[in-house]
This record gives sequence, structure tokens and C-alpha cells, in this order.
Amino acid sequence: MSKKVSQPNGWTRRSVLKTGLGTAAMAGAPMFFVRNAHAFTNDPSSGSTVTLGFNVPQTGAYADEGADELRAYQLAVKHLNGEGDGGMMNTMQPSSLKGNGILGKKVEYVTGDTQTKSDAARASAKRMIEKDGAIMITGGSSSGVAVAVQSLCQEAGVIFMAGLTHSNDTTGKDRRKYGFRHFFNTEMSGAALGPVLESSFGNDRTAYHLTADYTWGWSQEGSIKKYTEALGWKTNAAVRTPLGAGDFSQYITPVLNSGADVLVLNHYGKDMVNSLTQAVQFGLRDKQVNGKDFQIVVPLFSRLMAQGAGENIKGIYGSTNWNWSLTDEGSQAFVKSFGAEYGFPPSQAAHTCYVQTLLYANAIEAAGTFNPCGVIEVLEGFKFDGMGNGATEYRAEDHQCFKDVLVVQGNESPSSQFDLLKIVEVTPRAKVEYSPTMEGYAGDLGECVA
Amino acid sequence: MNFFKLSPRDALLMVVFAAVVLLAPIWMKPFGAAYPDLLQKFAIFGLFAIGFNILFGLTGYLSFGHAAFLGIGSYTTVWTFKLLSMNPIPAVIFGTLVAGLFAVLIGFVSLRRTGIYFSILTLAFAQMCYNLAYSVLTPITNGETGLRVLRDDPMLLDKALGVVQEGSPIGSFFGINMRGYPAFYFCAVILIIGFFISLRIFRSPFGLKLRAIKSNQNRMRYTGFNTRPYLLWAFVISGMYAGMAGSMLAVTDPLAGAERMQWTASGEVVLMTILGGVGTLIGPMLGAVLIKYFENIFSAFNESALHDMFSFLPSWLETVMVTVVHPFVGEGWHLTLGSLFMVIVIFLPGGLVEGATRLFKRRKSDGVTNKNSGSEN
Repeated sequence: MSKKVSQPNGWTRRSVLKTGLGTAAMAGAPMFFVRNAHAFTNDPSSGSTVTLGFNVPQTGAYADEGADELRAYQLAVKHLNGEGDGGMMNTMQPSSLKGNGILGKKVEYVTGDTQTKSDAARASAKRMIEKDGAIMITGGSSSGVAVAVQSLCQEAGVIFMAGLTHSNDTTGKDRRKYGFRHFFNTEMSGAALGPVLESSFGNDRTAYHLTADYTWGWSQEGSIKKYTEALGWKTNAAVRTPLGAGDFSQYITPVLNSGADVLVLNHYGKDMVNSLTQAVQFGLRDKQVNGKDFQIVVPLFSRLMAQGAGENIKGIYGSTNWNWSLTDEGSQAFVKSFGAEYGFPPSQAAHTCYVQTLLYANAIEAAGTFNPCGVIEVLEGFKFDGMGNGATEYRAEDHQCFKDVLVVQGNESPSSQFDLLKIVEVTPRAKVEYSPTMEGYAGDLGECVA
Repeated sequence: MNFFKLSPRDALLMVVFAAVVLLAPIWMKPFGAAYPDLLQKFAIFGLFAIGFNILFGLTGYLSFGHAAFLGIGSYTTVWTFKLLSMNPIPAVIFGTLVAGLFAVLIGFVSLRRTGIYFSILTLAFAQMCYNLAYSVLTPITNGETGLRVLRDDPMLLDKALGVVQEGSPIGSFFGINMRGYPAFYFCAVILIIGFFISLRIFRSPFGLKLRAIKSNQNRMRYTGFNTRPYLLWAFVISGMYAGMAGSMLAVTDPLAGAERMQWTASGEVVLMTILGGVGTLIGPMLGAVLIKYFENIFSAFNESALHDMFSFLPSWLETVMVTVVHPFVGEGWHLTLGSLFMVIVIFLPGGLVEGATRLFKRRKSDGVTNKNSGSEN
């Protein structure tokens, strides 16, 4: 078949490749020039709009959080463009925001689905940067995703305003110059929860951990161990469970006979709803071990999860970044405009995402430029108030926000279907602060190049 | 060398294929797909599907575990980056070879059975690889977080040669960074080579034997052929294609996650092949492009984008249109893909290629004049 030699048009592989590469070079050349013509990635100065990229989980174990994040982003865009009641733009201190977009350019947005998978999240972030011209990426509800997307943004020269990510690594050993986190982390959760657990459950306890098997779970397990063992607690076992497992019964059965009297659920989202519900169904909370009532602790709490877990959440301790029942001016303004828009109060994920968007826009206004290096300069060490958490600072060394931490408990007698968390204690910032070069936490930001 | 000699018809096919692939950044523009990341995905998953088709299309053995090789290729590549060098050449070679090695092991066991049993065996192996990567092998794979290249990794070869990289590590082809369009052209060239090899296999006596296995393996055995070595070769070759694709995923984005090995990823390549046309040369590539296009473009349409799209209509009609279309785009893109898949399987069992052939035949019977010029395609 292929033995026909001496054909005048008999193409060899070599000539095919040569022609191919030649064409490739011609096709590719103009695009390199376009790319290099920019001083920094996706400079919006020449257009009349500026595009933000909202990368949130729309499917998977954290889809509920993702949906709420997206609502918050849409609200933030409205407020930035001067529509609606302005929400926290009115309470933010100091603020350079004018309500006419960002630097006079109308804010537009594109969305993507992270699927709570690093691969998918990076693919959709790349799409938003390469195709849609997004100048900033924000969102996500998993630390694994946050770490992966943050390093991608560093490579691309685009700012990443982390959404809900609670692992120490995000601003710890995986910190990046282009990445900023408003949300708190497991170190802070541990520091805040420790004293409350001591006063409620005493010093002689044995804990059993069930941990989501990825960066956040490991980080949280480590922090809770660190602070509970400092109280004199013992750790019986720490079992890793796959993310999105759905059924946790095989992990909960061994807890019953382990001799532990506290179960720490290092789970989040639907995972936490499932594992908590099953733990309660298995009768853990009615048990007596070592002469003490069996207790369950969920170190990272959110109202959305509380809603999913229903009755089971009552009386259970945890920590949270923000809750809609806070009475300060900023929180009230946000809850009011979110409620008016969607008919229910926002979650902590929504809050952190909304705040991140406003902080980013504000930094651009203050810097007077879209250039990420200028924006980073403003955000590093930026002190602000009126955003629902009291006085807050973006620490320059690791791009982590420092603020008060809320310790909450599942409400025993909720006054409405949303009034699910009761604030037990507000741990002041000074108590949860730590050194940016602490062991296991130190990292390298890298440089801003533009 | 005879190996590179093609019949004029195949040579033309090669040239057209190469041109279409290399010019993709231009002709994909109107479809909104001309950006490096998606083009890279087209090339990579195209290669994956082309390799899968060598097994499934030629021998009829439906492997449900090819994603395992994709993942193995990725992990090997990232480890090569970490230990040796950020140059993609050794990384791709190692990725392909190690995937081939695993394919020999898995193939040797799985190919003792045919039909559904073979599929289940491969699925079991892939699922095993996935779970191992997720839990037990966490020190090697870094579990859910994914394996990444860090700046303080040894990179012995790079150190020895004095190659230094600024910023976060990225694949570097002798100084050309493997991101954006250069990375796409790297993938594209490998895809074209992969397509060429697949073309040679299709036209070779080896390919003929594989087809014979598909049509009647028993009869072939009775004539004195031992079919198993041929099957194993087909399995290993397609496993190596998958490994190479996995490698390139890691080259364009130095990160390997276990979810690459999940059964859904194995299923995806089956869909790609069937959608495009099983056993055809170009079909799997078409299927891969179509699926990746849906995944990346359709999934990004949100409500406001829809409102923009239908803004020319009167506002009540706009709202109606948006409500009707919304479930099919954005998070609902799977729904569109599913319906499309059903339509194609029911009406065009031969996939898109069959559709094209039918269209073409109809046109040919309509117009007699341009009979000669058309038959080349």
C-alpha cells in the first residue's frame, strides 16, 4: 500500500514536519509580540471595563459554599459599580472606593467551576486569565485548590485573593507574593478553641480525630493536636478520610470502642454534615466514656453546614471567621444588602469573598494603578476596620489577615432557621497571633515582577 | 527509510492534520477557544484518545482504566522534574516508559479475559492506582493536594549543567518556558508525531492483525496465530500514549493530582473515542476536542453572559430564553454533553466521522461534477 516510491508528490515525514514547523512559527510569531507588549498581565487601562475572575466550586463536596461565594461576588460587583445600597462600602475604614467601578472602569466578571479539584481549578483559572483577560482571580473553598491556584497566579502575574481557605499552608509554607488571605487559619482556630475546650471539658480528655485527607485536614489536625495536647489532652488516633467520602460509618464505628471521649471532626462542607450526622446517629453523644460525657468538636464551623446538619449541631463547639448575627455596623450593612438581594443571610464564605473583592478594589484605587506590584504594596500591612471583624491587618510578611476569632456553639434554641450558631467567645487578635517564621509555617513569598 | 514513506493519500492526510493542528490558534478564534491552555488540552487529550483508539478501535478491547496510565505519566514526569531537570524531554521519555511498564503488568493480567471481564479488570486496576495515590502512597504522590515541583528540589541534572530558573519552577525546553503558546506547539508537535505513528500502525500488518482479533479472535487462533502478544503490544502502546499525554499535562502545568486517575477520567476517554468514531484515524481527536470544548467553554457561560447573548431580543423573550438555556450551560454542561452523546450513539453509531462521511456521500451523489477533487479527503 505504502510502497509507492518515486511519486512526485510523495511527502516524507521530514518535509511534512518542516512545512508544519514553518507554518507554526509564522502563526505563533505575532502572538509573542502581543504578549510582550504588555507591561503586566491583562492590563485593562486601554479598555473601559475591568474583568475579575470568580473561581468557585459549583459541584462537589463544597458546592454550597461555592454558590454562596458567587452570590457575594455578584453583590460586590454591584456595589463597586454603584448599584444597590453599597453594603460595606459605606462602613469600610479607610476607604478610597468611589462607587464608579474601579479607577472609573466598570467592573465585569467571569466565573469558573473549580470542582474542588486542583486540576480543574487551575484549568478554569487559566481560562479566565488567558482568554477572558481577568486581572484578578478570587474564590475557592478548599485549601488544596487555593494553594494550587495561588501558585498559578504567581506564575501568571495575576493577583489571587483567596476565598475560603483555612489551612496554615496557604499563607504558611506555600505563601505567595501575589496571594492574599482574609480568612483565618487552623493555627488561629486552635489558639482560640483551646481555652474554651479547657473550660468546658477539662484537662483530662482523650481525643480521636477524623481528618479530611488533604492539606487543610492535615493542618487542622496538627493545630488542634498542638493546642489540646498543651492542655493535657491525649490523642488516641488520627484517621484520614478521603475528601467527599459521603459515607463515614466505617470510620465512626471504631471510635465507639477506642477509649476516646472526644471526637474531633476535621471535616468541612458536605463531608462534615455527613460525618457529624452519622456520628450522632451512632449514638456517640449519648455515650459515657471514662466516666465523662462523650463530646464532639468541629473546629471549623459555618452556618451553611449547621443548616445541613440540622438538630445534630446543637451544643457543638467550633470556630468561625464571621457570623451574620454580629451586631457591628459593617456586618449589619452586609447582612442587610445580602438579605435584600437573596432573601437569606450570608455565610462566612460569602463574607470573606465579598470583603476580599472590596479590599482588592480599594487597593487599586489607593495605588492609582492596576499594576499588581503597586496593588501588593498597598495591601501589605494594610490596616482596616468596619468589615465585620473589627480592626484587621494584612500582615506584610505572609499576606495573612489578623483579626479577632469567633468561638461558636450550635444554638440549642434557635429563634429562626438561620440562627444556628451562638457566639461563645470573641478571642482577641493578640491571643491568636504568631510569628510568620514559626516552625512548619515559614515560607518564601517570592518576588513581584512587572 | 520505508517507515516514513506514505501513500500520497496518507501524506495528504498528514499534511492537512499538521496544518489544522498547528494553525489552531488562528482558526479556533471564532469559536472562542484560541487560548493556550485549552489548545494544550486539545492536543494532550487528542493524543490520549488516539492512543486509546489503538487498543479499543483496532482490537475491540474496551479498557476502562486508561486514566491510570495518564496519572502514572504525570507523577513520573513531576518526579523527573524534581530529581533531574525541568527540561521536558527526559520527563516525557520517563513518563512514557514508566506508563509502558505499568501497562505491561496490568495488560498481562487483564488480557487473560475478554469483553466485560477485561473492562472490569482494567477498571479495578485503575481504581487501585487511584486509591493508592490518594492514601497509602501519599509520601510519593502528596495525596489530594497534588505533587508539585518546589524550588528547593534537587534537580541534579540542571544543577550539574548550571541551569538556573527565576521564580517558580516551570518546564523549560532549552530556555523556552513551557507555558502559553510555546507549550502548545510542544504538545502539538508530539501530537502530530503520535498521529503519524498511529497512522503507520493502522496501515501496517500489525494493525491488520489487531483488526483480525477484533473481527474474530477464535478463527485467528485456529489458523495458528498466538493473539496474546499482539494484544499485549496494543495495550502497552496505548498505555504509553496515555503516559505521554499525562506527561504533557505535567509539562504544561507542573502539578500531578490523583483525580487524574479517577474512573471518570477513564470514562471520558471512552466517550471521546465513541463520540468521534471508534476505529477511525481522526475520530478520537475530534471527540477529544469536542468534549474539552464543552468542558471549558460551555461550563463558563453564566447567567449574565446569557443575558448578554440574548440582549437583542425583547426583554420578556430574553428572560424566557435565558431560563430555557440556563440549565444546559454553566454547571449544567454535562447535560448538553449527555444529550449530544445520546443523539450521536443512536443516530450515528460511527461517531462524528460517520456523520461527516454520510454528509459527504450525499453531497457527492448530488453533484457529479466534482467527483475527483473530493475523493481525496
